[in-house]
Amino acid sequence: MRELSLNVMDIAQNSIVAGASLLEIGLCENTAEHILSITIKDNGSGMDEDALKSVTNPFYTKRTTRKVGLGVPLFKMACEQTGGSFFIDSQLGKGTSITAVFKTDSVDFTPIGDMVETVGLLISCNPNMDVVYTHRRDEGELTLDTRELREILGGDVALDTPDVSLWIKDYLKEQTALLYGGETN
Amino acid sequence: MKSLEELKAIRDKARKDINMRNENPDQIRVVVGMATCGIAAGARPVLSQFVEDVAKADLSNVTVTQTGCIGICEYEPVVEVFQPGGDKITYVKMSPDKVGRIIREHLQQGRPVVEYTIGAHKKD
Repeated sequence: MRELSLNVMDIAQNSIVAGASLLEIGLCENTAEHILSITIKDNGSGMDEDALKSVTNPFYTKRTTRKVGLGVPLFKMACEQTGGSFFIDSQLGKGTSITAVFKTDSVDFTPIGDMVETVGLLISCNPNMDVVYTHRRDEGELTLDTRELREILGGDVALDTPDVSLWIKDYLKEQTALLYGGETN
Repeated sequence: MKSLEELKAIRDKARKDINMRNENPDQIRVVVGMATCGIAAGARPVLSQFVEDVAKADLSNVTVTQTGCIGICEYEPVVEVFQPGGDKITYVKMSPDKVGRIIREHLQQGRPVVEYTIGAHKKD
């Protein structure tokens, strides 16, 4: 994966398959300490202890189309190769939470990439799931909670209405640019 | 700056076309494979292009959505188009520049782009 935002999209696909109704994606950057942490948390079906133990093994997968599952191992590798760390926690029936911590000054750090694209698409293509996206960068913070958008839109206008999708993407773009001091990401 | 006020205006406009969208029996579903294999092969820009172009062309009878591994990883990025009546067309080795033709010829005019389909690739 060339960008961490693609790993996030990949991990989020597992939450979608797990039937999550709420997906929380959090990025937290501390530029002075050169640390980035990414958390992906869902309230989907979760995993039992055996599955949780094997999920970082590339030869474990729930899919039936082939015998390898690389999503979680690739994300784990991406953070560990920077000297960071990886945490996964899951409870059957409750959901799964993954946190990856990266050292951003490592030569092996993969750039964050286009998070706006990832989050925008996750919302537009899964209109029945709620997404809470938080991106903190030092003092700055951006939050988008689709439950709040739903309140404004009412029950009849869906999150995948084309104009709504475009608004979400533009909003995220502007807010992200602010986090980076007005420069475009 | 994008504001919530603007979102309210979008809502009011959308309410006008909403019945059209929900009650359309000719709904077409575009599904993009977004598992590890698809994403690594470049599926995200393809999905993004579909979402954007369908919105721009104002195709109220088309929904764009994502799915997991479709099972033919060597042909990723894979896009499936489910047509009213249950027929399915599978496009393989997709890229964002192929999306425009599929929207015009297939989604708008009802003629699948045969050369992008899995059938055309398997003969190679």
